[in-house]
Amino acid sequence: MTTPSAHPATLAESRTSGGQRLITLSGSLDAAGTADLWHQALRLAAKPGQGLTVDAAGISYLDGSGMAMLLEMRRLAEARGSSFAITGLQERFAKLFGMFTPADLQPPPAQTIKPSLPEEIGDKAYHFLDDIFSQIVFVGQFATALAAAAANPRRVRWGDAIRVAETAGANAFPIIVLIGFLMGLIMAFQSAMPLKQFGAEIFVANLLGLSLLRELGPLVTAIILAGRSGSAFAAEIGTMTVNEEINALITMGLDPVRFLVVTRVLAAMAMTPLLTIFFNLAGLVGGALVMLSLGFPLVAYLNQVHASVHMGDLFGGLFKATVFGLLVCAIGCQRGLRTKGGASAVGDSTTSAVVSGIILIAVADGIFAVTFYVLGL
Amino acid sequence: MSQSPPVIEVKNLTMGYDGKVVLKDVSFAVDQAEVFVILGGSGCGKSTLLKHMIGLYAPMAGSVLIHGQDIVTAQGRKRRDILRSFGVMYQSGALFGSMTLLENMTLPLEEFTALPKSAREDVARMKLKLVGLSGSEHKIPSELSGGMQKRAAIARAMALDPGILFLDEPQAGLDPVTSAGLDELILSLSANLGITFVIVTHELPSIFAVAHRVIMLDAKKRGIVAEGAPDWLRDHSDNPLVRQFFNRKAEHLQ
Repeated sequence: MTTPSAHPATLAESRTSGGQRLITLSGSLDAAGTADLWHQALRLAAKPGQGLTVDAAGISYLDGSGMAMLLEMRRLAEARGSSFAITGLQERFAKLFGMFTPADLQPPPAQTIKPSLPEEIGDKAYHFLDDIFSQIVFVGQFATALAAAAANPRRVRWGDAIRVAETAGANAFPIIVLIGFLMGLIMAFQSAMPLKQFGAEIFVANLLGLSLLRELGPLVTAIILAGRSGSAFAAEIGTMTVNEEINALITMGLDPVRFLVVTRVLAAMAMTPLLTIFFNLAGLVGGALVMLSLGFPLVAYLNQVHASVHMGDLFGGLFKATVFGLLVCAIGCQRGLRTKGGASAVGDSTTSAVVSGIILIAVADGIFAVTFYVLGL
Repeated sequence: MSQSPPVIEVKNLTMGYDGKVVLKDVSFAVDQAEVFVILGGSGCGKSTLLKHMIGLYAPMAGSVLIHGQDIVTAQGRKRRDILRSFGVMYQSGALFGSMTLLENMTLPLEEFTALPKSAREDVARMKLKLVGLSGSEHKIPSELSGGMQKRAAIARAMALDPGILFLDEPQAGLDPVTSAGLDELILSLSANLGITFVIVTHELPSIFAVAHRVIMLDAKKRGIVAEGAPDWLRDHSDNPLVRQFFNRKAEHLQ
């Protein structure tokens, strides 16, 4: 038995009696041996000349890389119009080598033509409109499924909804409280410094109370929800799509929107206001800490908050949070259902879920700001 | 076979994607209690044809009738009724990964029947027994081997006792003994309960064991190149492609 690397590969050039070029290859032409000889062999093969013969009698081992080298030599020689022959190649190698021709090494003609700029713009615009269209379709499907759930609450899979409420809601509690506390602390500290110049530190309480309850509480909670749960829904449902589990649901006659989306969105809508309350509370605690360190008694801070903030601010914020929760989770599920292809498509869906979720939050927040202003809330 | 109208009729079906036609003008019919096998090389559109037959994909032209109802155009309750009349086993199994086997089995029963919980679980256990998975009911799919997942998927497809079963490569990845057991199960269900099978497969032993009739698709011709009983096709077909397939001859060595 010959071990492949036992014989180093060698190459020698000479002339036959007829004046033809002769290249003598010997030794083991495996990946290592071929690598040593590749450039030299191809340079020799590409030399102009009448005929080229390769004496392969000394080759003790020949694998794919060695065969590729022989084929390349043949291709180069024939491209220059000279004849090419291999002599003495062992029968066991010749059999395999005979399965290939130099044409097998040609890369196929490029299938994809690089689109022109207008084509690319058109393509992007088409996909953008297609995406909007599919979101409108999804809104319709979701509304139908939600109406069906309201008409017949027993058909909703409440077990699933409670499981989702736990992962999206209860498990998010620590991070919500931590971020709320830190944001309250930082905002109070940052605003206390300039206000101190005017001796108006006590108004930190107004600033904190209003901005947390009306704006930051719902907003930051929803963004955390988009990052934690919107992405998780997109990944979970996206993987189900890739694994044909969604197809299985459809052919069972079960509507994936009713089955998967309604439970998740209901759970998220129930959880977001609760998380927002905890966020607000943690933020106010953070602010209190700063005020105490500035020498204000706790009761002064509490009274100031109480006087500046109304129930309308709290409930307006909670309403916003509910809508944000709906948007973030619905878009996560929609992205999951739209997943096409393999593992990388699941990654794309997850990214898209978070990005679209945050955009939707921002747009909805703008609409709320205008609406609340017009309504005088 | 029987005088009754065919259970499934595929009429002039043309299908493809992105404007590229994969199969053109395909027509065939499947009778009650028939074991009908779709054959063909890799990438010729077998699984895609199956997905058109179960209404997952919309064809470019043509229709698929199941019990005389067009699955392509049916909507709402009518479509749901058609979907209820068959079970599907997907190539990947497509078991719900977050549920145990028992929950996977009982889900369709829970959604579509008024059976109480204990009855649903009994039915599910019986189906699991049929595919040799008794005792695995509380495992989740990822705890099972590939072959076991396949068998569980067949059991789930049978959960509602549908009259038609579509199986996409049921024997791929199964050992010969389990595969032979599955063949027996298919024959017995078709003979005793009159269940119609549409199977996509490559496994020659299984084809000869169970198929009443096969059609063979070809990617180059974009259609059906042969139709008939497997034994007859092996011995009498004048199509070299078909003879190659049934006699296991490799193309490039010819």
